[in-house]
Amino acid sequence: METVTLTMKNPPVLMLEADHISPDAFAGKTAAEIAALHAYEGREQFTLGKYFDVAGNGGKTAAETKIVVKGDVSRVKYIGMKMTAGEVVVENNADMYTGAWMQGGKLLVKGSVDAFTGIGMIGGELTIEGNAGNYLGAAYRGDWRGMQGGVIRVKGNAGSDIGTFMNGGTIIVEGNADVHVGTHQEGGKIIVKGNGKSKIGGQMVEGEIYVFGTIDVMMPGYKYVQDEELEVDGYKGRFALYHGDLGERHPKRKGQIVYGKLYQKI
Amino acid sequence: MTKTVTDVICPFCGTLCDDLEVEVSDDGKQIVDVYNACVIGAAKFLHSQASDRVKRPRMQQPDGSYKEVSYDEAVEYTAKMLASSKKPLMYGWSSTSCEAQSVGHEIAEQVGAIVDNTATVCHGSTLIAVQDVGIPSCTLGEVKNRADRIIFWGCNPCHAHPRHMSRYSIFPRGFFVNKGHKNRKVFVIDPRVTDTAKMADYHFQIEQGRDYELLSALRVALRNEWLPDTVAGIPKEKIYEAAEVLKSGRFGIIFFGMGVTQSLSKNHNIDNAIMLTKDLNEFTKFSIMAMRGHYNVTGSGQVLGWQFGFPYCVDLSRGFARYNPGETSSNDLLRRGEVDAVFVLGSDPGAHFPISSVKKFSELPSVAVDPHITPTTEVAKLHVPVAFVGVEVGGNCYRMDNVPIEARKVVDPPEGMLTDEEFLSRVNKRVKELMEAKK
Repeated sequence: METVTLTMKNPPVLMLEADHISPDAFAGKTAAEIAALHAYEGREQFTLGKYFDVAGNGGKTAAETKIVVKGDVSRVKYIGMKMTAGEVVVENNADMYTGAWMQGGKLLVKGSVDAFTGIGMIGGELTIEGNAGNYLGAAYRGDWRGMQGGVIRVKGNAGSDIGTFMNGGTIIVEGNADVHVGTHQEGGKIIVKGNGKSKIGGQMVEGEIYVFGTIDVMMPGYKYVQDEELEVDGYKGRFALYHGDLGERHPKRKGQIVYGKLYQKI
Repeated sequence: MTKTVTDVICPFCGTLCDDLEVEVSDDGKQIVDVYNACVIGAAKFLHSQASDRVKRPRMQQPDGSYKEVSYDEAVEYTAKMLASSKKPLMYGWSSTSCEAQSVGHEIAEQVGAIVDNTATVCHGSTLIAVQDVGIPSCTLGEVKNRADRIIFWGCNPCHAHPRHMSRYSIFPRGFFVNKGHKNRKVFVIDPRVTDTAKMADYHFQIEQGRDYELLSALRVALRNEWLPDTVAGIPKEKIYEAAEVLKSGRFGIIFFGMGVTQSLSKNHNIDNAIMLTKDLNEFTKFSIMAMRGHYNVTGSGQVLGWQFGFPYCVDLSRGFARYNPGETSSNDLLRRGEVDAVFVLGSDPGAHFPISSVKKFSELPSVAVDPHITPTTEVAKLHVPVAFVGVEVGGNCYRMDNVPIEARKVVDPPEGMLTDEEFLSRVNKRVKELMEAKK
C-alpha cells in the first residue's frame, strides 16, 4: 500500500471544499498530479497544492492507497467523500461531510468532526475518536435514504438528528447523543452507549435502537413489550424492549406487524 | 380636500389584507389616514411620512459618524464589494417585491453568492419538513368558507397577525360555516396563556419543547393505540378527546408559528404536524398552513424556488444551486466565518440574529438596503434608503397561502429616491461590467 501524506501549510480563509481528498481520486497519481487536483474556496477554484504539502504517490488502485492528513483541517469539508476503498487517516479535527456517501474502505479521524459526517453512507468503516456533530449518518436534505450500510463508530458524543431516514448499517456512539435519534428510521441499528435525550425513535418504522444510559422523556408512541437477554457490541445484559412508533405506519410481514424496536439497558 | 384610495394591500404581515382604504392629500403626496388596517399595518403606512426619514445613502466613517453619499457612489461600493468577495451573503428579501428579488438573484448568480431569506430564522424548518414529507394545504378563502376545526399551534395571531382571525380563521361567516365562530371549534396549543389561547374552546398548555411528543400522541390516539397517562403535561383522556373532536369536523386546519418552528425539534415538529394532517385526512378533510411573518417571505421562497429549485439558503458559489440549512444558512455561515461580505435587503438581521452572527457581520464589508433606520443599518458600512414597497411603489407579493397579490402604490416616494428594484438593477449592471473586466 502506498501512502500519500497531506500536510496543511496554508489554512483557507473561508473554508475549503476538498472532495478530491479520497483514495479514489489519488489512485494512480504522482505527488505533483495530486497537488494539481482542484479544490474550492468560495466561488474560486484553487489546487490542493496551494493548501497542502503533498508527499508520496498514490497506489495503483484506490484499495492500495492510504492518505494521511496532517495539520489543522478543521475548515476542510468533504474529506473521504464517496470513497470506495483504501484508507484515510485524519490526525486532527475535520469539518463537515467527512466520509459523506462513503462506499467502502476505512476512514479514521483522530479528532472531532462537524455536522453531516457519513451522510448517505453505503459501506465501509468510519471511526471518529473525538465527537461528532449533528446529522451523523443521516440522509442528505430531501433524500429519503439515510445511511444504508457500513459502520460508524464515534468514541465521544454525537449531536442531534443522528440516523435520520436510516435504513441500514450500524451507528455506534460510545458517549451521549443529543435529541432525535433515528427519526424516520426504516432499518439499521443505532447503539448509544451513553445517555440519550428525548425524541428517540420518533416516527420510526423499523430498525433497532439501543440505549445503555438514560432517556429523558420516552416518546409517547413507544409501548413496553418484554425484557430480553442480548449481546450488543460486546456487552451482554438485559434490555427492556419497546415497540414503536405506534403513531407511524408499519408494514406487515408474514401476517405480523413490523415495529421499530427500542431497547433500553436495565 | 382629500381623496381615498381603496382596495389597498397591507405590506406588513403574511396575511396581506387587501381591503385597506388610505386617505391621501389632494396632491397625492401625503397620507392623512389609514382605514381597516390593524395598528401595525397603519403604522407602516404612516411611518413612511416620518419627518426624520433618511433620504440619501449614508456611509459609516471610521469614527462611527455618517457621511451622505450619492446613489451612484452607493451603487459603485455595493457592486465592487460583491464582485471582489469570494463568497458574499445576500440576505433578506422578505419585505420587498418579487420583481426586486428576481433582480437580486441575477446579481447573486453572477457573483456566486449565497441567497438566504428570513425563513432561515423563521419558517425555514417548515420548508425542510415540506421537502421531506410534502404538505396538504389550502387557501385562506377555503378556511373562511369551510373550516370548522381550527388549531393554532405555537402561534399567537392576536398579536402577530391581528386581522387573521377576523378575516379568515375564526369570526367570519363562511359559505359552509354560516354562524361564524359558533360553527368552529378552536384549539390553541401553547405553553403560554396568550390572548389567542383565551379565545379557544380547548387550550392545551403544554410543557415547553414537548410539541413533538404531543403531535405524536395525537397520531397514536387517532389509531386508537396505547398512550402513557400524560404526554407533554396533557392527560391522555384529553388527547383522545381532542382526536375525536378533530375527526368529527368537516374541514380542519392547523395554523402553526414560531412556537414550533424555532423551539426544540424544529423541522421535526412540522414534519409530525404534516403527518398528523395526513392521518386526519383518513377521517375528514384537513389542511395545514404556516403563519408566515413578513408580507412577502412566501414570495421570496417562490421566486428562489422557480429560479434555483430551493426556497432559501441557496448557495450559488460553485455556479450551480446547492442547499443545506445548517451549512448554507446565514447564521451558520456568519458564525463559522464562511462568508466575506454581507448584503442585506428588506430585513433586519441586526435585531434578530444572535450576537455572535451580528459581531461577524459588523467586521465584514456590508450594505443594508432599507427605508428605515434599523439595528442592521447601524451595523452596516453602507445604508441605502429606498422607497417603501406597497406604499410608494407597487409589486407582486405572496400571501401566506401562496396566493400572489399585486401590492398598490399609494403615494410618491421622496424626490430622487430609488426603489429596491431600481437600485438592484443599477448594481446588477455595474456588477456585470466588473465581472466582465475580471475575465
